[in-house]
Amino acid sequence: MNAPLRRVGVVVIVLFGLLFANLNWIQAYKADEYRTSDYNGRVQVAKYDRKRGNIEAGGTAVAVSKETDGELKYLRSYPGGAKYAHVLGYEPVNGAATGLERSENDFLAGTSDQLIVNRLRDMVTGDRTAGGNVLLTLSGRAQDTAYDELRNNNRGATKGAAIAIDPRTGAVQALVSMPSFDPNPLASHNTNEASAEYNKLEQNAGRPLRNRALAEVLPPGSTFKIVVAAAALENGIGKDTNIPAGSSYTPPTSGEAITNAVPSICPQSQVTLMKAVTDSCNTGFAKLGVQLGPDVIKEKARQFGFEQEDLTVGRLGEGGQAVEASRTGTMENPDGGADPAALAQSSIGQRDVRMTPLEGAMIAATVANNGSQMRPYLVRQLLAPDRTTVYDTADPRELRRPISGQVAADLRDMMVSVVENGTGRSAQINGYTVGGKTGTAQSAPDRADHGWFIGFALDSGGNPVSAVCVVLEEAGSGGSAEAARIAGQIMRAAIADPGGR
Amino acid sequence: MTAAATPATSPATAGERPGVRLARSRRNAELSLLLLAMALVAAYGAMVEANVLDTITPSFWVPAAALTAVFLGMHLVIRFLAPFADPALLPAVALLNGLGVGFLHRLDLARAAPEERADLATFAGVGGRQLAWTLISVILAAVLLAVMRDHRSISRYAYTLGLAGIVLVMLPAVLPASISEINGAKLWVRIGSFSIQPGEFAKLALLVFFAYYLVRKREVLSLASHRFLGIDFPRGRDLGPVLVVWVISLLVLVFEKDLGTSLLYFGMFVATVYIATERVSWLLIGLVLFFGGAYLAYVLGEAVGGPFANFYLRAQIWLDPFDKPYDDGYQLVQGLLALGTGGLFGTGPGGGQPLLLPEVQNDFIFAGLGEEIGLFGLSALLVIYLLIVERGLRAALAVRDSFGKLLAGGLAFTLALQVFVIVGGISKLIPLTGQTTPFLSAGGSSLMANWLLIAVLLRVSDAGRRPVTGAGGKVNRPAGGPPEQLHGAPTEVIKP
Repeated sequence: MNAPLRRVGVVVIVLFGLLFANLNWIQAYKADEYRTSDYNGRVQVAKYDRKRGNIEAGGTAVAVSKETDGELKYLRSYPGGAKYAHVLGYEPVNGAATGLERSENDFLAGTSDQLIVNRLRDMVTGDRTAGGNVLLTLSGRAQDTAYDELRNNNRGATKGAAIAIDPRTGAVQALVSMPSFDPNPLASHNTNEASAEYNKLEQNAGRPLRNRALAEVLPPGSTFKIVVAAAALENGIGKDTNIPAGSSYTPPTSGEAITNAVPSICPQSQVTLMKAVTDSCNTGFAKLGVQLGPDVIKEKARQFGFEQEDLTVGRLGEGGQAVEASRTGTMENPDGGADPAALAQSSIGQRDVRMTPLEGAMIAATVANNGSQMRPYLVRQLLAPDRTTVYDTADPRELRRPISGQVAADLRDMMVSVVENGTGRSAQINGYTVGGKTGTAQSAPDRADHGWFIGFALDSGGNPVSAVCVVLEEAGSGGSAEAARIAGQIMRAAIADPGGR
Repeated sequence: MTAAATPATSPATAGERPGVRLARSRRNAELSLLLLAMALVAAYGAMVEANVLDTITPSFWVPAAALTAVFLGMHLVIRFLAPFADPALLPAVALLNGLGVGFLHRLDLARAAPEERADLATFAGVGGRQLAWTLISVILAAVLLAVMRDHRSISRYAYTLGLAGIVLVMLPAVLPASISEINGAKLWVRIGSFSIQPGEFAKLALLVFFAYYLVRKREVLSLASHRFLGIDFPRGRDLGPVLVVWVISLLVLVFEKDLGTSLLYFGMFVATVYIATERVSWLLIGLVLFFGGAYLAYVLGEAVGGPFANFYLRAQIWLDPFDKPYDDGYQLVQGLLALGTGGLFGTGPGGGQPLLLPEVQNDFIFAGLGEEIGLFGLSALLVIYLLIVERGLRAALAVRDSFGKLLAGGLAFTLALQVFVIVGGISKLIPLTGQTTPFLSAGGSSLMANWLLIAVLLRVSDAGRRPVTGAGGKVNRPAGGPPEQLHGAPTEVIKP
């Protein structure tokens, strides 16, 4: 029996050799992968050893880390609650962060390359390096107003968004998505509570976690007429040129007639372009679109920012929250020729045209800023942990120039006419010149219409101070007028408190 | 079956001269190794406190001292009752047991609120309970050494133990899940807050039976054969008992939902059959049967589910644990992450995050330790296990009777297999199954059973290393000792 006993001994050594080899594989070869794995909670624990930096808007901290007694030394909390939720996102213990908490994570956590000098110095002095602070462009008053007015809209809409930007720089003055959520429970150190809260929000039919201002695309309705009008102005049609209109228009090949919102709008056979914009004449723009053709309209929309898939809003040049691409959709037949029915409906912002609230605000801002579209951003400045050194100050940059100064001036006149004489009167502000365009978009036959307003405010010197887009989903009739009123309130707040830039 | 292990130089009168015997019994080596092991356990406790509490409390040595007292008692028992026992076994086991207690105490510290940590009583929590279990287990082992003065005497109870073993194995399977199922494996018997794992004791009982049965049957199993492909295969009718054990292990696999236990019993049986018969064919038959059965269970689990679904799920997790990292694969994923985080050197005792691991005091204690002591520490632990196993096998080589050889060899291999199954399981070498890590995991059943196993190995090694004395010497030879009886057996079994 001794020979097999010795062989059993060899088998045991082989088995243990396998264990040893496998442990080498895991603890040496795969160690780094496992150590930094997303599923590894230790990464999270280590992260909480260091005080994460503040995020501040208008001199007020809206995301702070408080010291705790627990295993995780700092608790992330959001004093602004739901108001800033879609800008800041949240930083959960388990799972992925969102919003600026995600895109500015390196600097907030103090692991950014920019903070290496601080880290080295703290290594010598023995301090725990804190994270850097992120200063936002938001105007506290504009954000308050946008949040309150949106929630208290007189149409009873429960979903919507508002975004205000400074047309001269692209700095975001206000960004609100409704319904919102309180990010504090999601950052709780009690991960069971946090994930329960997350699941509740995730399953909420109103999708509160979604940032509608950047990520929701809806049919823009008549606000899209600004794009068509810009295309017309560049194709030999002046703002006082008469264009064909009428009480009803049935495009060739389609039996579906396009009418105006009320019979009193442009029943005559000819109206000026100015009048067509002011009164939001559907038949006029449908015919104009068919006349211009799909290529011209799509190209103009593309120049305004439609179809851009890689735009982000955060720090200039350093990423941020992704912006959903706005789309013009199909206006051609399968054979490639124009489909007049689709073209006519697309020209009044229906059919397959889809736009984000941000794109709406950018169109208004471009018109206000003499045709120059600035790249939108939220992060104004990066401040060292000790608040002495400024690491990065936003340097506003032009994103594109969709229209000439002359076309912009003509569009401005038309949009000002909308607010002074037309559908957007509720956006007026004393002492400022306000221009804009309302939109009422049909979404589905069984749902109420979405109400839109895009607009801008110019000071007495003609300088643009704010551009806004407000959308109230399924707000029904009067939704666009309420959107215009809210937009006026937001711009008024932005004038009083311009925020940082 | 030779006495070659006994040096020829030993004088026939050595039995009369305590001084000579003590010099060769190596008990003092055992004592110094034991003290060294306990010093390591004390150092481990100090490092844990330094890392978790940022200070070393004046009472850091208390658990190590308590353990030392317990193991010194065992040492004295061995000195008097098994003076020629292998001197490396006790210190090696004591080191593992001590580190286990230390790690469990470290878990208690982590679970306690920070302000209460410094005041945490040494004998509180899981660590304290493990300390108590250690005391009970060592006493049981000492009692076994005292009662069983010759390992051959337990062969008298072989059939009783065999029956008891089968009952213990099957007990959790037939009991309702509310009593027997914990974490998906039906391995337990729970009475109130008290729960035992009968399987841990069953393996000892079954092994005694296997050893006895195979010693009686070894001739027929090894001689009567058909030659095929150059390998001698046993006759069909002799396969009966093997098939019975195979079926039992597959039933365990299916009804107790536990591959590890099944693999353990079957591997234990195949190994003892092989040692008894010296026939490679038995190994081949065993491996084919086991892997064929496991593959069949996998296929059935995929196709029909039912009782095989659990096994299929475990195999799936093994193939890709990161497929459902927060769900089915959670345990294995967390185990791998802990091991990976530890890396080569580990975070240091007390420096890791063991509470992130599910089941860290049971199945995943090796991963929890691995995070803190790293690859080097785990390798050292593996070497200690290997040392215990190889010492057990050496005892089997040295002992003179077949029953003792089979018993010690089988026990040593079983221990090795159990370490392989659990450590291989948590490190994704084989599908994960719920086995305790011998001497480390929290829990009385496992600790007691493994200490009893060590007591048997000590007894066998004592018999093997004891010098052969002249007629009428001190060697115990029970009246009508089993070996002679067993050797006389073959004639009655060749006929069917």
